[in-house]
Amino acid sequence: MAPRTQRRSVALRTISTPLILAALLVAFALVAWASGSRPFNQTVIDIFLQVIFVVGLYVFVGNSGVISFGHIAFACLGGYVAAWTTIKPMMKGISMPGLPDWLMQLEIPFWAAALAGGAFAAFWALVFGAVLMRLSGIAASIATFAMLAMVNSIYSNWESVTAATSSVVGIPILRVLWPYLVAAILAVFAAWAYSISRHGLALRAARDEPTAAAASGIDIPRARLIAFVISGAIMGAGGALYAHSIGLVTPDTYYLGLTFTTLSMLVVGGMSSLSGAVLGVLILSSLIQALRWLEAGIDIGTTTFALPGGVQEIALGVVMIAILMFRPAGIMGNKELTWPTGRGNDKPGEPGETN
Amino acid sequence: MGSVMQVVFDAASLGSLYALGALGIALIFGVMRLVNFAHGDVIAACVFVLLWPSVDAVAIVFAGNLPWFLLVPFVLAMGAALSVASEVVVFRRFRNANPATMMIASFALGFVIRYFLLMLYSSRPKSISLLPTLSQPVEIMGARIPLLQVITIVVTIGVLFGLTSFLRRTRFGLEMRAAAENFTMARVLGVRANRVIMGAFALSGALAAAIALILGSQTGTANIVMGANVMLMAFIATVIGGMGSLAGAVIAGFLLGAIAVVMQVILPPDARAFRDAFVYGAVILVLIFRPQGLLTARGTKERV
Repeated sequence: MAPRTQRRSVALRTISTPLILAALLVAFALVAWASGSRPFNQTVIDIFLQVIFVVGLYVFVGNSGVISFGHIAFACLGGYVAAWTTIKPMMKGISMPGLPDWLMQLEIPFWAAALAGGAFAAFWALVFGAVLMRLSGIAASIATFAMLAMVNSIYSNWESVTAATSSVVGIPILRVLWPYLVAAILAVFAAWAYSISRHGLALRAARDEPTAAAASGIDIPRARLIAFVISGAIMGAGGALYAHSIGLVTPDTYYLGLTFTTLSMLVVGGMSSLSGAVLGVLILSSLIQALRWLEAGIDIGTTTFALPGGVQEIALGVVMIAILMFRPAGIMGNKELTWPTGRGNDKPGEPGETN
Repeated sequence: MGSVMQVVFDAASLGSLYALGALGIALIFGVMRLVNFAHGDVIAACVFVLLWPSVDAVAIVFAGNLPWFLLVPFVLAMGAALSVASEVVVFRRFRNANPATMMIASFALGFVIRYFLLMLYSSRPKSISLLPTLSQPVEIMGARIPLLQVITIVVTIGVLFGLTSFLRRTRFGLEMRAAAENFTMARVLGVRANRVIMGAFALSGALAAAIALILGSQTGTANIVMGANVMLMAFIATVIGGMGSLAGAVIAGFLLGAIAVVMQVILPPDARAFRDAFVYGAVILVLIFRPQGLLTARGTKERV
């Protein structure tokens, strides 16, 4: 822990990490903008959304060390908030007749929907978290899985409000890049701000030395709950934006597939590193794109070479298992990206490192 | 009377399914602290070994044509083999890893198995007719019960007794219990770690295959996600039962089955679709009052 006189500079000493990550994201956006290709644009949007999800998951998993399989449930809550608040009232009446009147008439812009989605998800994170955070590590992980299944089961059956398993269409589609870029950068900065805050430090202390942390007066369930709510809010906002990127929502959009991709990106990048979260997305997204391209088939001479469907997920799974075997802390380990020559690098006690 | 018996049998057979699943998960958790997320996909894979790989909508039955006295051991053996293979290829390298790492690895392995099935068989559910004679109803105390339900319950009770006496009376069972209690100490005292762990995986895989047989004949379909629901309930049962307690897992499995069936009966028709959500909600309530589960793992010492 830095001495009191240096405390003000904790933010300054560590701000290079989110700045570098933001610059990386801006660079991706510039490449997409310069290329002007529509499919590539969509790919970069997907990458930014995935950055939001993985960073949201990192806020809880990275700082608390408790694996959560349930965070995509918050994305689902946020996604449906976007559907409830941005679809034209007339269309809502047809697909979701059970909505209350005030919600039926509501039509708000996408950014407000993202905020509302984040707030709605944060509220439910508070409710679920109050119960789940009482459990210990592995039991808590399984319980988050049950939470995901519970949300999915409710949204798949509540015909009048969520149109059950059929897709809810008519969400205004947002094809421009900047809202996703801004949201991803905001998520990165929020995660950074949380991890250098008093609560973030307390939670990381509890992750590494639970007994000592509890003895020092850290209320571990409460510290976890704070992280759970913040990460829930980020996931909710991401879920709402995801709905805007594809224009429709179904409960299964936000289920095991997305959970698996998000978790594998976090694991590959490094679970306890914000830079790892972002790099994991960038690396695995490139791999997924390459495999999608191969699954679609490429022409070599006169024959078309195509991989069978499913190879993409199998490859992701194999990469994930291999990383866990040979480098369990992920590509970044506990390190963060910082300026190559800067004051205060690799200082013990710096937030972002395990100590 | 008849309708009450009907509910009792429904609850017992659904509970049996969950209990078998929970037992398969708790066995492995006991010996190596691995929460095996691949269990559900092993269940699905056990149904698909009966079919010839093809992406056509119509299932090409392959091993499914065997007479039942060959078919049942074949599926059980395949389940055990797949489970042992997953231990040898993947989990063995995680022996010294922390439980969270192993858990994610098993989650990834489950996905690999599932998409491997998707690649070979496509994601469309296929209708199969597995042991069709079992769907005939029999009359027990005024209730018409499908024969399959009776067999499910009888088989589960048989498995439970068999497993209990295996763990209590044989040397291998003793070693397995010792390993579950304190793995390092058991190794020091001459228990062969690999043998015990492979034994646990084989048992767990055979239990998964038993679930596959029951589910396959019950629903008459083969679907790559068919194991997911049972696995989730089995997980919840192991958490409620107290992680690592075999008896707790079984009791909690039956309890979940009973809660689900009773809710199906007492909930108003509008709310029936949310049965599973209510069950998960009930689970959360249990966890508020007993975060460590109904039976803590220490309880296994005396009970199993």
